[in-house]
Amino acid sequence: MDRTTIDLWVGVFIALGAAALLGLAMKVGNLTTGRVGATYSVTAAFENIGSLKPRAPVKSAGVVVGHVNNITFDSKTFEAVVTIDIDQRYPFPKDTFANIYTAGLLGEQYVGLEAGGDEVELKNGDKITQTQDAVVLEKMISQFLYSKASETKDEVVKSEPATKTSEDKSTELGDAPF
Amino acid sequence: MTNNIVEIDNLSFGYKGRLLHKSINMAFPRGKVVAIMGGSGSGKTTLLRLIGGQIRPNLGEVRVNGKVMHEQDRAGIYQLRSKMGMLFQHGALFTDLSVFENVAFPMREHTDLNEAMIKDLVLMKLNAVGLRGAYNLMPNELSGGMARRVSLARAIALDPDIIMYDEPFAGLDPISLRVICELIRSLNDALGATSIIVTHDVQDTFSIADYVYFVANGEVAAEGTPHDLMQSTLPFVHQFVHAEKDGPVPFHYPAGDYRAELMHE
Amino acid sequence: MIRSSLLVSVIRTLRGIGNRMIERIWRLGAGARLFLLTIIYSGDCFRRFHLTIREIYSTGVMSLLIIIVSGFFVGMVLALQGYYTLQKYGSSEAIGVLVALSLLRELGPVVTALLFAGRAGTAITAEIGLMKATEQLSAMEMMAVSPIARVIAPRFWAGVISMPILATIFSMVGILGAYLVAVPVIGVDEGAFWSQMQANVDIHIDIVNGIIKSFVFGIACTMIALFEGFDAPPTAEGVSRATTRTVVTSSLVVLGLDFVLTSFMLTV
Repeated sequence: MDRTTIDLWVGVFIALGAAALLGLAMKVGNLTTGRVGATYSVTAAFENIGSLKPRAPVKSAGVVVGHVNNITFDSKTFEAVVTIDIDQRYPFPKDTFANIYTAGLLGEQYVGLEAGGDEVELKNGDKITQTQDAVVLEKMISQFLYSKASETKDEVVKSEPATKTSEDKSTELGDAPF
Repeated sequence: MTNNIVEIDNLSFGYKGRLLHKSINMAFPRGKVVAIMGGSGSGKTTLLRLIGGQIRPNLGEVRVNGKVMHEQDRAGIYQLRSKMGMLFQHGALFTDLSVFENVAFPMREHTDLNEAMIKDLVLMKLNAVGLRGAYNLMPNELSGGMARRVSLARAIALDPDIIMYDEPFAGLDPISLRVICELIRSLNDALGATSIIVTHDVQDTFSIADYVYFVANGEVAAEGTPHDLMQSTLPFVHQFVHAEKDGPVPFHYPAGDYRAELMHE
Repeated sequence: MIRSSLLVSVIRTLRGIGNRMIERIWRLGAGARLFLLTIIYSGDCFRRFHLTIREIYSTGVMSLLIIIVSGFFVGMVLALQGYYTLQKYGSSEAIGVLVALSLLRELGPVVTALLFAGRAGTAITAEIGLMKATEQLSAMEMMAVSPIARVIAPRFWAGVISMPILATIFSMVGILGAYLVAVPVIGVDEGAFWSQMQANVDIHIDIVNGIIKSFVFGIACTMIALFEGFDAPPTAEGVSRATTRTVVTSSLVVLGLDFVLTSFMLTV
């Protein structure tokens, strides 16, 4: 093998490596959806953020419009304060709802924005007032069990002569999502 | 500046409690072919490595060109080595380089000559050993004798002042033997160099050597011209030079009484 | 009587273990010294870069085939196994994420390092051991050329350069293999495959960390291979034992380093 052939093959080798790296960066990584571009920050307070993490996506109508920047705890109101960066191309009205959803069954949690009808728009540093907490699994289970328990209690009561008034079926949630 | 290009003074060397050389004194004059002979394991090859500075003596000095070898720093050693050429026992050619590249190796490493000059020099050296036509072969395509000749060409690539040979005649056919023998002498005279041959071959060495040192039991047992040694009456030298089966080096390895051991069965 | 001979054999075993430990520590020190010398004498590798290019050919280019084939199969198997489990939770579209993260973070660097140790590492050890046994290294020394600068250092840098490239190729080929199994064969939606992957694979945490890992593994595997060759007894048996030691030591070191690096990367 003379020198020029070896050089050729080594060049091909390094080019392959570079191509693989580029492919990984573009197709696989989040380079194309990187946080380039100007953003504006707004905050939202939640009683429970579940497992929301910084850099989680912020979506509206299913489209990624920004990312979670920072999550802190407010010791006066005992709420979680989430700072989100929204892409400048997407203005939102002041009465936007911020909810925390879960992507898929095992998925990560993300912030969903639902636009309200206000004509005034959110500016840098504003606070979103309408928020809905993350769904926490343990609470759901305890509510489910509680509702099931009161259902059976109602049935027991119904089967007896109607001397007692039936109690309201108090379920905070409707059908179990399972 | 003495007439001796290499001097070994009162050398003592050994490892792990076993002393290989007890007190060696040798002098190698310029322009001569000197042989170092002795039985296997007498430390002959180690002497070459001491001269080349690959190992340091425990006591005594090895002087090359007047400079003490083991006192030199790395640059000093390399400078002295650039004036030496060494032929290793089985050639030690670089197996991934062609014959041409092997001989060109020292030139490329130590000089700044351009390719055309290197090509000329390499072909000259190969011609001196009779292998100019083989310049494109790879080492694994060469016979033993050819490989050794290429190594010789590589050893003289930079026209050294000292050429060292480690068992150059081992395992060669009669033709290659004769070739190498004559090359050693003719190259030595042509280059005006000093050749140091470590060997245990008597006949061929005696035909070309000017002086012979005989090493046994860590000391120089005898020295002199080949003629002197042939006449020597020292039992050790006599046994070696005349290839006698039994003598100071016994035929039987030390063992108990023969009859007693057989009877014990 | 019995007790004392038992004691003697116990002591002898302990002494043997102690000797071996000391031997290993001595070799560790010798290896570290070789590493230092290699770095010090590396100037020539870059001034006469063609030496290094030659070695990149031997270690990197010659390993390409095994890396590509292995990467392909590993990716395909990951896709199959992953799909089988994920579809029970209705999350079969997360297969892309599963494969990409497994490959980029762990399997790419580690499996590549193990394959590298087996293919290129043993070749290096055998080559250098053989050069030592046939006195080529001695000959070089006598010609006033430092064998470390001329033989060891170029191979070192070649290994360090080749390893990240090989690991990246492994990961990419693995993802492609997984794609080929997941989308045309199993029927996962192509758009979901890539978009979920893109949403969950981060350049810094996953891709860059994977490259850092393979870089570190490259240093370790190449250095181990070089040292075993350089230190091997100059006999046929010595060289063959040295190549075995290269593979075993490299594998253990890679897996150990993987744990250390992963714990650093996940906490930082």
